[in-house]
Amino acid sequence: MVITGAGIVTSMGLGMSENAAGFREGRTAFREVDLFDVSQQRTKSAGQAVLPEKPPGVGARAWERMDRGTRFALVAAREALDEAGVSGAMPVVIGTSAGAMPIGEDFYRHAIAGERLGQFRRVECYQPQGQLTRMMAELGVAGPLRIISNACASGANAIGHAFQMIREGKADRVLAGGYDGLAQLVFAGFDSLQALSPSGVPRPFDAARDGLAIGEGAGFVVVESLEAARERGARMRASVLGYGAATDIHHLTQPHPEGDAALLTMTEATRMAGLEPEQIDYINSHGTGTPLNDVAEAGAVRRWAGDAAGKIRLSSTKSSIGHLLGGAGAVESVICLMTLEGQWLPGSLGVREVDPAVTFDLVREPREVEVRHALTNSFGFGGANATLIFGREVPA
Amino acid sequence: MSRITASGIGAVSPAGWGLEPMMAALDANQRPEVGEFERTTTGGEVVRTPVLRVPKLEDRSKLPRDPRLRRASAVGKFAAAAMYEALGVERFEAVKAGDLRLGVVCTMMNGCVNYSNRFYGEVLEAPATASPILFPETVYNAPSSHLSAVAHSHAPNDTLVGDGAEFFTGLELAAEWLERGDCDLCVVVSPEEADWLSAEAMGYYSSRMLPAEGAAAVVLEKDGAGPQLMAVPDSVNYAGESDRVAAFARLWQELEAEDDGATVWADGRVGVGRFDLPENSVSWSGPRFSLRRVLGESLGASAGLQTVAALARLNRSDAGSAIVTSVGGNEAVGGARWSR
Repeated sequence: MVITGAGIVTSMGLGMSENAAGFREGRTAFREVDLFDVSQQRTKSAGQAVLPEKPPGVGARAWERMDRGTRFALVAAREALDEAGVSGAMPVVIGTSAGAMPIGEDFYRHAIAGERLGQFRRVECYQPQGQLTRMMAELGVAGPLRIISNACASGANAIGHAFQMIREGKADRVLAGGYDGLAQLVFAGFDSLQALSPSGVPRPFDAARDGLAIGEGAGFVVVESLEAARERGARMRASVLGYGAATDIHHLTQPHPEGDAALLTMTEATRMAGLEPEQIDYINSHGTGTPLNDVAEAGAVRRWAGDAAGKIRLSSTKSSIGHLLGGAGAVESVICLMTLEGQWLPGSLGVREVDPAVTFDLVREPREVEVRHALTNSFGFGGANATLIFGREVPA
Repeated sequence: MSRITASGIGAVSPAGWGLEPMMAALDANQRPEVGEFERTTTGGEVVRTPVLRVPKLEDRSKLPRDPRLRRASAVGKFAAAAMYEALGVERFEAVKAGDLRLGVVCTMMNGCVNYSNRFYGEVLEAPATASPILFPETVYNAPSSHLSAVAHSHAPNDTLVGDGAEFFTGLELAAEWLERGDCDLCVVVSPEEADWLSAEAMGYYSSRMLPAEGAAAVVLEKDGAGPQLMAVPDSVNYAGESDRVAAFARLWQELEAEDDGATVWADGRVGVGRFDLPENSVSWSGPRFSLRRVLGESLGASAGLQTVAALARLNRSDAGSAIVTSVGGNEAVGGARWSR
């Protein structure tokens, strides 16, 4: 299975080039949220992205009806499809956590006030399956559509599903990715859990880390069978080598302290890829910057890599753009593709004192190295855990 | 390909907790008592919306005992009860003991709207004190997470969001997992809860649709007992075929339904002409029933309940095979064919 196209939108920028440049330079992209009232929240900033303009070829009415998150998704998916040079009949698998939540919030506010004008349109536009079906129509992609909502692992699961569909001969190619836009309910929700960093700057794997920052955007890829890609002479970016998924039943919002399910997914993904942990050149970690997540992931990496742990290079790009929730796994997969192409690693920025649980090589600033295999972890509320492995080499 | 069979079914519906009251209501074509939501807008207007609600749980043995369910919203409890019935106590205990790996697929449209509604209300009023207990229960995958937790299962768990035809994508995914050996059993659950917000939202589509709630569960396994899943074609998405009659015709062809008198059709008609048109456009003289006309429109749960009712009829030898279909509102049409 190979990747023949990729696209991305984050607070770092629009498209592969802008994002790669930002991560390579070690930039952060956080700002005060101005989409809704944050004056009474403990945290006031996030990785708020610049909303792209309507792409050429997309109908004005369709664009106007799309919520913020779907617009990010459309732009990233368009970039991936354009690079791959495909459209038409293909399954689409998309991860999201919030869907078109801001439109639902709008419906609620009008309903409370007893206002009916415009409510039908809000109901219709609130539903993610309606939004994404319209997006597919604008992209010229016929489906079928599968929307996965496994909280923060959704995007990684979506690419994993695509990988499995192709591996088992159910499709030649699949458009897969994940997205989420900022929403007041979600922002306030994480704030209520005291999961947001009060400073607004997440420091994953820092001993004094104090929470995450929420981000927004989308990441998409075209996953294709090697045969189908070869047949049409497509440029192949990378291989998809392994996928693991498991369920952490410890708690609805807290990971197992030793990262049991994360260990399962990393073990399964490396087994499927036919690799040993020491052959993984880079891990793009889940690394949210919350006290519980990072120590659990560090424990899982230590158990998975054993004696090789010290050689494993790992960073969290959430330190630059925040946590994209349902989009995180897909965006971080696309960042792994950038590292394979550019032979550099993004840094875990803002770390002042490394947490004692860290036994791996924490990459604290961008680094030029050889990257043959990159692994990304995603863990979600509810216990959804997923790991994906990508390889630079494409079979001859 | 292996035989994928439905070895257990469970239901929670406005008729009651369990398969028995639901089948009794369907057999008698008897709609349960209609209630209503009542609320007052900030302008003082009283808004009343009819609804078919699941009755209060009287028999606690219908729910597995687990601390996870204490704070769970209604949608989580509906899902747990339906799964528990579909597995049966013996298999549930075997899963808990680690003797069987249980995959969980939850399909839904509306999701955890009750807690989302309440939590967002708190956010607007006083964001600094909004409840951290409510928020985790607002995420789409909270119910499926509870199911894996109460069953002590680390096997795959996915929540799929879609329109009223999503249940069939769930069946397709479960069959994939079983075929690949990711789990020994897979339960596909379609839970939905109603509240005033979603009930009023449905009214914008048609005042003749009666909002409802509930959950359906089907336990699938490879080469097991029970009716066999003969076909679950890819749903026909409206991005590729925007005409719903044409989309349904495509699905119908792929289902290879035979109007032989021994096949029962559990259709998705709700009693509103424009929504029922695709399923009315197919000629059918055999037995057929429209669950939503009795038990209301429970969004993502309805297609699951149709499936459970069709399987129940196969289990009691009312028919030799069954077709189940649903025309989704804004994504796709889907369906499945089963055989005894």
